[in-house]
Amino acid sequence: MNATQDGVSAFDLILGCDPALYSVIGLSLTVSVSATLLAAASGLPLGALLALVRFPGRGMTVIVLNAFMGLPPVVVGLAMYLLLSRSGPLGFLGLLFTPQAMILAQAVLVMPIIAALTRQTVEDLWVEYRDEMTAMQVGPVGRVAALLWDARFSLMTTLLAGFGRAAAEVGTVMIVGGNIDGFTRTMTTAIALETSKGDLPLAIGLGIVLIALIVAVNAAAAVVRRFGELHTG
Amino acid sequence: MRAPSSELPITIEDVSVRTAGVTILESVSLVLAPGAPTVLIGPNGAGKSSLLRLAMGLLSPTAGLIMRGGHRTSGGDRRAFVFQRPVMLRRSVAANVAFALRRGATARRDRADRIAALLDQAGLAALGARPAQRLSGGEQRRLALARALARDPEILFLDEPTANLDPAATKAVEDIIVQVAAAGVKIVFATHDLGEARRIAGEVVFMVRGRVRESASARSFFNGPATQEAQAFLNGDLVI
Repeated sequence: MNATQDGVSAFDLILGCDPALYSVIGLSLTVSVSATLLAAASGLPLGALLALVRFPGRGMTVIVLNAFMGLPPVVVGLAMYLLLSRSGPLGFLGLLFTPQAMILAQAVLVMPIIAALTRQTVEDLWVEYRDEMTAMQVGPVGRVAALLWDARFSLMTTLLAGFGRAAAEVGTVMIVGGNIDGFTRTMTTAIALETSKGDLPLAIGLGIVLIALIVAVNAAAAVVRRFGELHTG
Repeated sequence: MRAPSSELPITIEDVSVRTAGVTILESVSLVLAPGAPTVLIGPNGAGKSSLLRLAMGLLSPTAGLIMRGGHRTSGGDRRAFVFQRPVMLRRSVAANVAFALRRGATARRDRADRIAALLDQAGLAALGARPAQRLSGGEQRRLALARALARDPEILFLDEPTANLDPAATKAVEDIIVQVAAAGVKIVFATHDLGEARRIAGEVVFMVRGRVRESASARSFFNGPATQEAQAFLNGDLVI
C-alpha cells in the first residue's frame, strides 16, 4: 500500500467512526484532561504562592521549577514506574499499567509547566496590584484568589499549554500504562505501535486526530485570550 | 456589638524615613485630627506622597512614633487610600467595588444596594458592567474613590487625585471629595495644585525636601504664610 492509499484509509477510519480508533481517542482525552486538572489543582496555587511569598531558597526553587518544564517524559515515566511498581513505595496501590497511573504520571509531567507559567503570570500581575491590595488590607488567601481570578484568561492559556504537552507525550504513558490494547492504549502509544507493525492507516488516522486536537487547543487558547481582552480590558 | 475603635487622631511624632541611604522624610511631626480636609502641598519630591503612605501604614518609619486613635497599633481597617495612578482590577466596574466591599463590614445581603449607591455617588451608575480598565482617566479616579469609600473609611488619603485630569473631570472628583468630607470622613490629600488646595483645604501642610515647613489653617496659610519658602511657593517661584 502506498502513502496515498494509507492516507485515504486513514480518513475512512476517522469518518467511519472506527470503534478501535475512537476508543483510543476517548482514553487519550480522558487521561490528558484528568492529568491537566490534577496538575492544575496543585500547580496553580503553588505558582501563585511562589509569586507572592519570599523565603530562603526561593530563587533556586524557581530555577528548578523552570527547569522541570523540560522534564523528559521517559524519565518521569521511569520515576513513576519505580514508585508504582510492586516493590516501589506506592506499589501497594496496584496502579501500575492502569489509566490512573497514566493520569498521575502525566500530572507530574505537566505540573511544573502550569506552576512555572502561573508563577510568572501572577508575579507580573502582583507588581501591578501590590499597592492597591496592600492598601485594601487584602490577606494572603484573598491575594492568591484575586490574582488567580484576574489572571484567569492568561492562566487558561497556561492550562491549554499543559494539556497540549500531556496529549502529545508518549514516553510517560508508554512506561506506566504499558500500551495495553483496549485498556491503556492512547493515541501516541498507538501511533508508535502501529507504525512499528506497519499498520499505517490507523497510525496516520490517529496522527491526523492528534494534530487536529492540538490545533483546536491552540485555537481555543486564542479565543480565550481574545475573550479576556474584550471583557476585562 | 463593640464599636469599632477610632483611627483618629493620627499623631506623627518626630518621624523620619530613610531607605537605601536616602532620607525621604525627616523629623516630621503632625496631627491628623477629625475635621476639615488636610492638604499636603509642596514641590515635587517634597515627600507628600511618602507622608501619605506613612500615615496610611504603607511605609514604616525608621525613627519616631505614630499613634492611631491614641494607640501604637498599626492595625485597623478604617483607612483607605487612592493612589495617583490607581490600578483597576481586571474586572467590571461593579466587580471592582464589590471586591473592596468584601473587605469591609457590609453584610452580604446589603452589598448589591451598597454597590449601586457607591457607583451612583461616583457618577458611574451607567458603567457598572464595563471593564474597569476601559474607563477614561477621570472615570478611573472616580472608581478608585468609590472603591476606597466601599471600605467605609474614617480617614481617606488621596495622592494627587486630579493630576492630569481636565477641568470637568477634576470638578467631578473634587465634588465627590467635598461630599465625602461633608459626611464626616477625614480627608488628607496631596497636591501641588494651589487652586485645588484653596478650593478644598481646611488645613494646609507645606512640605519641602522631606520636612514639614509649615502647618496652618488654609485661611492663615494662604493669607500670610509664615515662611519665605511658602511665600515663594505661593508666588509661583521655583522652590527646590
